[in-house]
Amino acid sequence: MKSTLPAAMAALLLCAGPAMAQVKATAQGVPDLDYRAVPGFFKPPPGDYPGETQGVATNSKGDVFVFFRAERSRLWEYDNTGKFVREIGKGFYNFLFAHSVRVDAHDNIWAVDEGSNTVTEFNPDGSKVLLVIGFRPPVTAGVVATPHGPNPPDQNYTLCRPTDVAWDQQGNIFVSDGYCNNRVVKYDRNGRFLAKVGGPASGKGVNQFNLPHGLQVDRAGNVYVADRGNARYVVLDNNLTWKTTYDNYGSAWSACISQGPHQYLFVSNSNPNGNPPGSWDNTGQVYKLELDGTPLGKFGHAGKLEPNWQVVHMMDCRNPNELIVGEIESWRAQKFVLQSK
Amino acid sequence: MKRILQVLLAATILTAIPAIAQTEISFTAADILKTPRDQLLGEVAGVATNSKGDIFVFTRTGDPSVSLGGSRTFQRGGTRLYQYDATGKYVREIGKGLYGFLVAQQVRIDKDDNIWAVDASSGMVMKFDPTGSRIVMLMGRKPESIDVPQPARTSRNGGAGASQDLFDWPTDVAWDAAGNIFVADGLGANARVAKFSSVGKFIKSFGAKGAGDGQFVDTHSLAVDAAGNVYVADQGNKRISVFDNDGNFKSQITGVGGPAALCLSGGAHPYLYSSNSNPQDDIDSGGEIYRLELNGSVTGKFGHAGKAAKEFGTVNEIDCRGNALFVAEVGNYRVQKITLK
Repeated sequence: MKSTLPAAMAALLLCAGPAMAQVKATAQGVPDLDYRAVPGFFKPPPGDYPGETQGVATNSKGDVFVFFRAERSRLWEYDNTGKFVREIGKGFYNFLFAHSVRVDAHDNIWAVDEGSNTVTEFNPDGSKVLLVIGFRPPVTAGVVATPHGPNPPDQNYTLCRPTDVAWDQQGNIFVSDGYCNNRVVKYDRNGRFLAKVGGPASGKGVNQFNLPHGLQVDRAGNVYVADRGNARYVVLDNNLTWKTTYDNYGSAWSACISQGPHQYLFVSNSNPNGNPPGSWDNTGQVYKLELDGTPLGKFGHAGKLEPNWQVVHMMDCRNPNELIVGEIESWRAQKFVLQSK
Repeated sequence: MKRILQVLLAATILTAIPAIAQTEISFTAADILKTPRDQLLGEVAGVATNSKGDIFVFTRTGDPSVSLGGSRTFQRGGTRLYQYDATGKYVREIGKGLYGFLVAQQVRIDKDDNIWAVDASSGMVMKFDPTGSRIVMLMGRKPESIDVPQPARTSRNGGAGASQDLFDWPTDVAWDAAGNIFVADGLGANARVAKFSSVGKFIKSFGAKGAGDGQFVDTHSLAVDAAGNVYVADQGNKRISVFDNDGNFKSQITGVGGPAALCLSGGAHPYLYSSNSNPQDDIDSGGEIYRLELNGSVTGKFGHAGKAAKEFGTVNEIDCRGNALFVAEVGNYRVQKITLK
């Protein structure tokens, strides 16, 4: 009996799954980076409130796009001083449950919505829809039960709770898909299917993912995937061939690759939802890495009050010395200035 | 042996001929609609023009939702009807918040410029006056509430023809020269066409579920020619069935894929256009639109499934009143203006 108890407990812990996972980073001796918050940078419109802030992204002019969960998904644009500019896609059909926003090399704005199973490309001022990948389940299906069973087979053009989008220099589109399909899909610039890796079942081996939660592409076309359930970052080449993994930076919620001549990889060991005991001490830091996984430094702390953060969901690092961070549980975006080393 | 070979060869050539005979029609496509940024189009189910060239677009957007609390569960919202002028400039919204606007299916304009909207989920055909400011006539009745959990899609109305003007996912409406109204009913269990007088008095139903002559898997679209013949798109049976004005089966047209949208042009030489619309989860096959003589012979085809300009994403309606065609795409959230060369 005695020996079965620990086993049962271990099984219970395993069942809790990625949502409750708390992973202490194994990377040792990583120096702390100097950083400071820019307090009150974002000025939302008076009387209106952001919700769970899943997505943050900047365009080439420094305008900031914040994608959050309110009554539905909402996408707000701020200028580079944090002044509110406008709302984009107000009432748009694909806006149901926000997950990610990214801005491509042409300043087009891409929103990933895991409630409607869609990736939407807007033109740079957000006034027109240019491309939709995936499709919202038909309303004619009526009220559907939230699926908890085994995954259906993954299909080329059917996304299932997708999480993120990125592009290579040729404009090919990469989608992490996501909470049920456990795969990464590559489409051409017109949204035509090219390749995929992983899925539909989750796994922890090579060519497998357990909740690919975010992704980025470097200038050479390599794809970096935040494999959240497996607490590792996976590097794929441009054809989605498995190259390597980085597994010593704790849980793997989100990845950001900076622009400029020398690209850096930022990864977040976000504190888990629900703040289990000890999580503020063990998790919450963001790491700055070379693209090959070599650590350069870490910064940031879990906490409720600014400038700490509550479950970092996404980072913008276009400028590697200025980070914008979106938080799930404190319903805000914050801006930080990092001292370069 | 030699002779058998020759016969085989001849047979091969003969079977290949119909495909060769389907000439590709060259065409240009333009996305001319300028939609206000706070009411972006969602899935575009319907497009139609009136005699002045104004463009009406019936779109699934906004927030399709059901209520919490209350004596039962109520469905609301999710569909809007916009009017643009002939240049694509936005003019107005028609029927904002209308009780019967749940899942846009089709919009058609009759010879007097009245606007007819067909909603699949409310099961209603709604006739507006030419300005869209007044409802002239309603057919069908929106179910008061919806069942949760949703039962499998079955007839709410007792089968083909039993229920006069209670429709089960109706899809389309058309008129003969005398003003009689024909409703395609539809995607549910009814599998019929219902005929009404110009004031909405039930005359008869024809068709039934099945694969035999004059039967349907679904009735996705319909058109009526100057002589009063009724053309019904039956995507499930991959054919267009032709009936006389009293609903007697005359003939069927095959070899045009799975017809999902029909349009009959006017003028001295009317053509029938039919779309082999791709499903939303597959853009790698189908999607072409056929141009036919009214006797069913194909004179050419154009386009294919995809997301780029000049490609088609799940075409749900074609307007062919003028020199240009307008094509409504569920998959690409847009209307393309098509000019054939």
